Amino acid sequence: MADAHSTESNYLTATTGLKSWLFTLDHKRIGLMYLVGVLVFFLAGGIFALTLRTELLTPQGGDFISATTYNKMFTLHGAVMVFLVIIPSVPAALGNFLLPLMLGAKDVAFPRLNLLSFWIYTLGSMFFLFTLAAGQLDTGWTFYTPYSNTSGTAVISATFGAFILGFSSILTGLNFIVTVHKMRAPGLTWNKMPLMVWALYSTAVIQVLATPVLAITLLLLIVERTLMVGIFDPAMGGDPVLYQHFFWFYSHPAVYIMILPGFGIESELIAVHSRKHIFGYKAIALSSVAIAIISFVVWGHHMFVSGQSELAGIVFSFLTFAVAVPTAIKTFSWVATLYKGSIEFNTPMLYGLMFLFTFSIGGLTGIFLGALSVDVHLHDTYFVVAHFHYVMMGGTIIAFVGGIHHWWPKMFGVMYSEKWGKISALFIFVGFNMTFFNQFLLGQQGMPRRYWSYAPQFQQQHILSTVGGYLLLVGFTIIAIYLVHSLRNGEKVGPNPWNAQSLEWTATASPPIEHNFHGQPRVENDPYNFPEIDRTGSSH
Amino acid sequence: MILSLFTAPENADAPPPAAEGAAEAAADVVAAVSQAPLPPVETAHPWALPTAASTFAEDTDNLYLFITALDTLFFVLIMGAMGYFMWKYRRRSKDQKTSSITHSGVIEFLWSAIPTVLLLVIFVWGECDFVRQSVAPADPLEVRVTGQKWYWTVEYPKYPGVSLNSSTEEPALTLMVPKGKPVRLTMTSTDVIHSFFVPAFRVKRDVVPGRYTQIWFEATRIGEFNLFCTEYCGDFHSNMTGVVKVLEPDDFERELIKAGVLTQDEGESMAAYGERIYKRRGCVACHSVDGVDGTGPSWKGMYGRTESLSDGSSVKAEDQYIKDSIYEPNKQVVAGFAPQMPSYQGQLDESQVTAVIEYIKTLK
Repeated sequence: MADAHSTESNYLTATTGLKSWLFTLDHKRIGLMYLVGVLVFFLAGGIFALTLRTELLTPQGGDFISATTYNKMFTLHGAVMVFLVIIPSVPAALGNFLLPLMLGAKDVAFPRLNLLSFWIYTLGSMFFLFTLAAGQLDTGWTFYTPYSNTSGTAVISATFGAFILGFSSILTGLNFIVTVHKMRAPGLTWNKMPLMVWALYSTAVIQVLATPVLAITLLLLIVERTLMVGIFDPAMGGDPVLYQHFFWFYSHPAVYIMILPGFGIESELIAVHSRKHIFGYKAIALSSVAIAIISFVVWGHHMFVSGQSELAGIVFSFLTFAVAVPTAIKTFSWVATLYKGSIEFNTPMLYGLMFLFTFSIGGLTGIFLGALSVDVHLHDTYFVVAHFHYVMMGGTIIAFVGGIHHWWPKMFGVMYSEKWGKISALFIFVGFNMTFFNQFLLGQQGMPRRYWSYAPQFQQQHILSTVGGYLLLVGFTIIAIYLVHSLRNGEKVGPNPWNAQSLEWTATASPPIEHNFHGQPRVENDPYNFPEIDRTGSSH
Repeated sequence: MILSLFTAPENADAPPPAAEGAAEAAADVVAAVSQAPLPPVETAHPWALPTAASTFAEDTDNLYLFITALDTLFFVLIMGAMGYFMWKYRRRSKDQKTSSITHSGVIEFLWSAIPTVLLLVIFVWGECDFVRQSVAPADPLEVRVTGQKWYWTVEYPKYPGVSLNSSTEEPALTLMVPKGKPVRLTMTSTDVIHSFFVPAFRVKRDVVPGRYTQIWFEATRIGEFNLFCTEYCGDFHSNMTGVVKVLEPDDFERELIKAGVLTQDEGESMAAYGERIYKRRGCVACHSVDGVDGTGPSWKGMYGRTESLSDGSSVKAEDQYIKDSIYEPNKQVVAGFAPQMPSYQGQLDESQVTAVIEYIKTLK
């Protein structure tokens, strides 16, 4: 069926010209534009990070950049990576492209709203970057008061920028929720949805519910500055710790906005490339929902030593351990999926396996930080830096890169270089662990984070960390080169090169036609029911 | 044996106990400090925790090691299973058959229940230690800590006139405590949030403007240990460090008064006294004496210069202006600088201000 359509136009070629992209209502084109935006900001955020790491080659500050520049750099690195890269990476870029295709729909429920979210994202990121640069913001991505009050009104405009970006998240989330509820193909029951869809759905729910809190925080900041009502600023009788409560009430759920979509990709990578039905489908799907709910009540674990009450600390510690359980269940289920499979070590699968390694470390080290007395020692040290990089980068970014490889042939109809894919995966695996594993050791020795200069006994580990950072640069550069190269020179592929079973592979060409499907696809099969599965066996 | 990997050997890099000659040990430490920006973090190797120097340290370390052991076990199990499956079930032929297994109630129950129980154990353990750290025993030694950009001021209600300051330039004696006696720190900040962290004691607490926060500890080892600020507080956050010194109870009072009371020595010139005040009372954090402006104007060549102020007026930087700037620093701010210096009203007396002015006069 697909061959019959291979000569007709696809969504990339259906219309031409800049306008046909900027004003497109096609979710696939919007997804690709998000992807370009996210990757550009990822490059920028990476350059900021390497600037920091280069300064940290020597214990004394100022060999490369001044303290002031260093502080602005880590603010830019954190803010760009969180708000402009990780949050939109999977849901807005890959999610936009994939969700309607996986559901068998022609588009998302509200295509115009979708274009609006893209434009809000574009304007929001411009505004945000302009604020960070022009406002000389050096507060770190968390904008803690009262330090951020000393930077004049920059904190208001920065929060406003984050809020504009948040609005884009809310609209995308709303769109995805309605799309999943109303636009599933006939036969695609909730229990037959690919786990990627479940993850995008859970993420969308958090986006819609958590982001308004950021707006409330912003409103309070504006009230404080304009009406001089003391809310956060102790000089006016306010409470700076209150700001932290507000900030983390949004930003902790945001952590799960960042990681849940990564879980979704991981489920697809592991199942498709081991030719096995995903193990514990229901447990994985429902644990995403459980995480989405519990994620709203763990924000206080960022504040064990910040002066909140001991009782609050104890409650938040307990809830933090509660959120660890569904995460553990997912990890075990992915490993169990490999059992008696037919595992192919192609590039997407290498990232899938790498995810299990790095995310396990990220998750297990979270246990140290959830335990109250141990967190007292580790809080705000490099241990925390290492932990969240293992989760955010070792989890989300690794899954994102795996996902880009997995769906690259669907997006562009071409295959990337498998050989270079494997080489760069090796660089990234070694570089990542070299950069961040050392930082656990630095942290347990007491090296505080956000230090421009440090005691000489930490130097050896800082050097290793910096070298690891350069290896990551090499790895990502190789990926950029071969992916771009494949656009023109890559081997053309059929609609379903991985022989996967979900609709984006089985029911449309690569790349898909403009309106996704000829006719309405129907779903009879389970998305993980691969032909290799031995039905005759009595294994279950 | 494995556990010893994670704990520093008893005497590694730390001065020997006082019984073996406290004076010699102290001299060694001072020599070491003058070469390095900070005393060495008390670890034998990168995998070790810092030396345990408080009663909390052992408890915290035990839980740390328990979690490390458990994490290692689980990581090895997960990666072992993954590695084994990767090898055993690698694709050998294109049509290799795979198992139809999709779930297993028993296994899923077990791998939910076992981590839940283990996590509960860790939660209760950490919580008990945390509660113990929250409640100080009766009659501790009371210490007041003030954080401000970018130094610490430590005062002792029991010893009026004693004041210790950290320095952004060098490792300075910042907190002195007796061994074996509970110490309670009541802390606040005059500007932004800081955080008081002594790795060897395993204690940390944010220091928040507008409210008091408290920590307590009981030191168990004689020696010098690092103090770090761990809440980001601006340009020289990483220089907001100091030295914590634990002394024998018998030496404590004498040494504290010797180090903490700042008076003009006999035969010392006013300018030399002023220089000591400059270094010990935190001026050095923002004002250089080499002509390079920091957070505040450099003092080099400042005396007698006409300064333009941020409100457009100008003033001659002589005795009256300097004194005003020490007591009411944000009234007349030199153009180009942010009004963020704390007042020294009540911290420096008349003769000390005079000494500082005399010192500035020498910086031509």
